[in-house]
Amino acid sequence: MDRQETKNFIAKRVAKELSDGDLVNLGIGLPTLVGNFLPTDVKIDLQSENGLIGLGPAPTEDNYDKDITNAGGQVVTLVEGGMYFDSALSFAIIRGGHVDVTVLGCLQVDELGSLASWIIPGKMVPGMGGAMDLVTGAKKVIIATTHTNRGKPKILKECTLPLTAKNQVNMIITEMGVMEVKEDGLHLLEYNPEYTIMEIVEATGATLIIKEPKVMELED
Amino acid sequence: MKEIIKLSELKNHVFDGMSIMVGGFMAVGTPEKIMDELVRLNVKDLTIICNDAGFVDLGVGKLIANSQVKTLIASHIGLNPEAGRLMSEGLMECILVPQGTLAEQIRAGGAGLGGFLTPTGLGTIVEKGKKIVTVDSKDFILELPIRADLALLYGTTVDKYGNTNFTKTTRNFNPVMATATDKVIVLAREIVERIDPDNVDTPHVFIDYIIKEEE
Repeated sequence: MDRQETKNFIAKRVAKELSDGDLVNLGIGLPTLVGNFLPTDVKIDLQSENGLIGLGPAPTEDNYDKDITNAGGQVVTLVEGGMYFDSALSFAIIRGGHVDVTVLGCLQVDELGSLASWIIPGKMVPGMGGAMDLVTGAKKVIIATTHTNRGKPKILKECTLPLTAKNQVNMIITEMGVMEVKEDGLHLLEYNPEYTIMEIVEATGATLIIKEPKVMELED
Repeated sequence: MKEIIKLSELKNHVFDGMSIMVGGFMAVGTPEKIMDELVRLNVKDLTIICNDAGFVDLGVGKLIANSQVKTLIASHIGLNPEAGRLMSEGLMECILVPQGTLAEQIRAGGAGLGGFLTPTGLGTIVEKGKKIVTVDSKDFILELPIRADLALLYGTTVDKYGNTNFTKTTRNFNPVMATATDKVIVLAREIVERIDPDNVDTPHVFIDYIIKEEE
């Protein structure tokens, strides 16, 4: 798989986690792709923290409206039934537990469900934006990421970078497998048969609990 | 009836060292013409409270690039490399705040609250130096209100009384900022006789001056 195929593969598997009627917030980058792979019988509401529910596709020349933007500042559209609101209400929705699922990328994620995604001290300080509130408030937090970064594990025993949130991640989905954070640790629920279990273990900095993992299926 | 002032009169309302809340999200919903006038007036040592640092040539990013900002309170500065540079070289203080916490701090500032309890930031550097309060055996961070001298907002429709509406995603931080400063100036895309009283986003009591976008 090349880089784009890998991203699509991950996004496609994440899409299977979403249920009809879910209110979902997708982070910038790979998570945004998830919207492209929803089964036709699953209708979700997409929230954008800058103040809308009902995020639609990129506009055409005919419906381009510069007053409708997503959290990345790009011009988007609003679907039927969608609406706008201010930032205070937007974060009441997020922090108040009204978002069913949030999908985000990461710099590091660990076996305790802690996430690092907003700062590399001395190198890159973009800020946390809405990520801390999203990870803290959403009912289910899915990290969608490549398993490693230039061969170095991103899934660790414990994050070394400053955290976005502690113990809030529920699931990690990569091109190698599907992992779930449980009370007793990080479980490998599914694996991509293009890799051996040994290869997955070696690419993971955390201890994986492996009990009869299933093969990662993208089609129902 | 609210006073409609000219953009050139902005100089009577700004001074070096003041704190200003600026509406907008990635410069969407930012009163851009007022940003240009602030750059022209070159007021210095500002404390700017805004969702983000905008872009180098858009939103509050213009003020940052023109070295007018002493302290920036924002949730995100990633799209303005100049903000990152000034911050890392120690030329601008940058206080990064989770977006929902920033919105609520401003809301608290405008609503007469002494602060609020949030789980956001627990176990991260955000909680450093802050009081942790336990309610029903759950931990929360005590976050304090924020107020400022002036709010600069971008209204879509403003009536002659000062009632203001914000359209679509230009809304973002504008309504909440209207409540949390000593003085509020709104740049109006359009001024009308009357907004339907059932559909006012920000009541005129919060608005002090209106500047028309196209004078």
